[in-house]
Amino acid sequence: MEARGETLERGPLSGVPTWILGAGVAALIAAVLVVLAVAGGDSLPDRLGPPVEELAVERTQLEPNRIELTLRNTGPDEVTVAQAFVNDAFVDFTGVDQPIGRLGSSTISLTYPWQEGQPYIISLVTSTGVVIEHEIPAAVETPKADGDLFALMALLGTYVGIIPVVLGMMLLPAMRRFKPDWIRVLMAITVGLLAFLAVDATLEGIDLANESGGAFGGVELLVLGAGLAYLVLTAVDRHLRARGEREGDESGGAGRMALMIALGIGLHNLGEGLAIGSAYAIGELALGAFLVVGFAIHNTTEGFAIVAPLTRSNPSVRRLLLLGLIAGAPAILGGIIGASVTNPELSALLLGVGVGAVIQVIVQIAPAMRDRAGRLLDTATATGVAAGVVAFYLTGLLITV
Amino acid sequence: MEDRKTEGETAEASQPDADERAHRLSRRRLLGGALAAGPALAALHEVVPHQGLHDALGGNQHHDAVAAAAGHTGHGGVPVHANGLGTAGPTFRGGLNVDHDGNGFNPTEILRDFDYGKTKRMASGRILREWTLVAADKEIEIAPGVKFPAWTYDGRIPGPSLRCREGDKLRIRFVNGSAHPHTVHFHGLHPSAMDGVPGQGAGIINPGKSTVYEFDAEPYGLHLYHCHVAPLAEHIARGMYGTFIVDPKQGRPDADEMVMVQHGYNTTFDGEGNQFYAVNGIPFHYMAEPIEVNRGDPVRIYLVNALEYDPINSFHIHGNFFDYYPTGTRLEPTEFTDTVIQGQAQRGICEMTFPNPGPFMFHAHKTEFAELGWMGFFDVS
Repeated sequence: MEARGETLERGPLSGVPTWILGAGVAALIAAVLVVLAVAGGDSLPDRLGPPVEELAVERTQLEPNRIELTLRNTGPDEVTVAQAFVNDAFVDFTGVDQPIGRLGSSTISLTYPWQEGQPYIISLVTSTGVVIEHEIPAAVETPKADGDLFALMALLGTYVGIIPVVLGMMLLPAMRRFKPDWIRVLMAITVGLLAFLAVDATLEGIDLANESGGAFGGVELLVLGAGLAYLVLTAVDRHLRARGEREGDESGGAGRMALMIALGIGLHNLGEGLAIGSAYAIGELALGAFLVVGFAIHNTTEGFAIVAPLTRSNPSVRRLLLLGLIAGAPAILGGIIGASVTNPELSALLLGVGVGAVIQVIVQIAPAMRDRAGRLLDTATATGVAAGVVAFYLTGLLITV
Repeated sequence: MEDRKTEGETAEASQPDADERAHRLSRRRLLGGALAAGPALAALHEVVPHQGLHDALGGNQHHDAVAAAAGHTGHGGVPVHANGLGTAGPTFRGGLNVDHDGNGFNPTEILRDFDYGKTKRMASGRILREWTLVAADKEIEIAPGVKFPAWTYDGRIPGPSLRCREGDKLRIRFVNGSAHPHTVHFHGLHPSAMDGVPGQGAGIINPGKSTVYEFDAEPYGLHLYHCHVAPLAEHIARGMYGTFIVDPKQGRPDADEMVMVQHGYNTTFDGEGNQFYAVNGIPFHYMAEPIEVNRGDPVRIYLVNALEYDPINSFHIHGNFFDYYPTGTRLEPTEFTDTVIQGQAQRGICEMTFPNPGPFMFHAHKTEFAELGWMGFFDVS
């Protein structure tokens, strides 16, 4: 420390105030960038090949005799959509009057008498004759984002999100009778459940991200969502912990942990609702008893995870219901977003948020698995984790979205 | 309501007369609100119903909506279908035009443009007929807003329709002004050295070079010429083909004669089919500018298939029949029909008279090609 200070003092700029030094460096960097932009670009030859024309379809909307696509230029060059054909017949259209610049977006509305359930390939011919294709696997009229849709998604979200979670929480009285070692096993089962959930959501997110081909990245968005969610939840947890210590919380942080688990699962259910909403919007969701019962059994395990830390405390029913809502209600929001904004990039980001949240929850509750010797995995907890993984896998077979 | 109205118009459209046309035109103006493009509307001067194609396709399920709203934008325009349902037939985006001036050719002019060359009588009494063909690379606007980097003869697609008489001595000077090597390969009878293929006679003509092909005009009939440099399919598909007509010595009876070269554009250059199909250069052109013919007058169509990448092409006319002379090498027709199929480089002469006035559609009855541009109208008056 001492030596470094002396070196600084001997330096030629030691008398200059820090802000001037900083401003000077910033100005120098800016100047070099400007010179590079002006002179550097000219010093290189032009690109060898033809323009690279890429468009991603961010959203597909179908209404009778009309197909509307929201396009985004994901390539380096401007794209001009000149003509369009649907299943090998040229069609009239409106929109995309101007060239779409890099990362720019535009909407094209095609006049076409599509038939329900049939596949369509929409070919956009650019000014250079390049054909950019977009496939609609099975045409279904896009649900309008109106009260009916919101009501339906609220109902679905309640079925698959809130009710199962609250059902799972009803195990609490039974769990209270468990010995401390059993509580450790309960926590281990929860960790197993959540670990499988995180892996499952990651794989689903990668699938989605790969098909998006979007301008804003695919898998990167998943990772970004996960990273941000993890950091934000950790910060929230630290904040709650600090407050609990100040206020002399005697429950040993059990309430805080339950809340954090509920938050994490809630963020996960946001992604789950999103998947349900998107599937509904493109007509792929089989709405029926199977879906509702499947999700109910599956998500009951989530309720179990929330109350697992609460076996030694005595929360009010109101508080428990609130936890259930925190964990389950985001499914409703996800459903509405998914059904009205069918965008794989947004879906990947939100799935990532769910993954990050679940991982954060695992990190939270893992210490509760430790035995007296401080080991995380002894025979009991290892069995618990395995049981959790298998349980989530098996109940997951009941649902397909 | 809307559907019932259009159905009524469909019925009207089947027997148009001058009054009805005017009537429909005025109604079309009222419908103008549905048309996004003001300039297109201003250019409207005629209405063409598109019902026929759908009848031909047997597409009754769209019948309620097919109809009258279809029209066109006038000179050099593209067809516009204003019923907003997409059932009135294929079309380019409404309200935009191909720049024929920029292209340097117009399919309406190519239709009846026969190039007889420069002739002089030789000492023997025979006719010497001479042409100069220049290969040129050229960017062509093949559809509104779509540019195609073409290789052409004389800057147009198809190349000039060279026409001579059986027994003439032919001399074709070929100048390669393109950046790529080319030849001219004629169908017909000629010596091996005049075949216009690599390794025979002058062989490949490199950029900036020229040669002269010389042979006698035989046999009489309808032929074609095209480039024969490898990769062959691409050299042809880029636009290097044209019609070569050898009239019989005694000539053919007087008629309103026209050339129709069927072809396509593979704008993605993947060699797997075409994105655009056309006759005489521009897809859907004769939808916008119907071919004017006189009722009762004999019409002769020199029909050539220069399409690459697709194995067959076809020609079908609505409401009329024609005598078909395959390759035009016999003076007796083989068939009285309304549809012919042609493979690559097949060609034939269609002779007909139109007994009824009004618009009559013609198109490839390989209907996929029709909906990708290979369709048009005769307007009989």
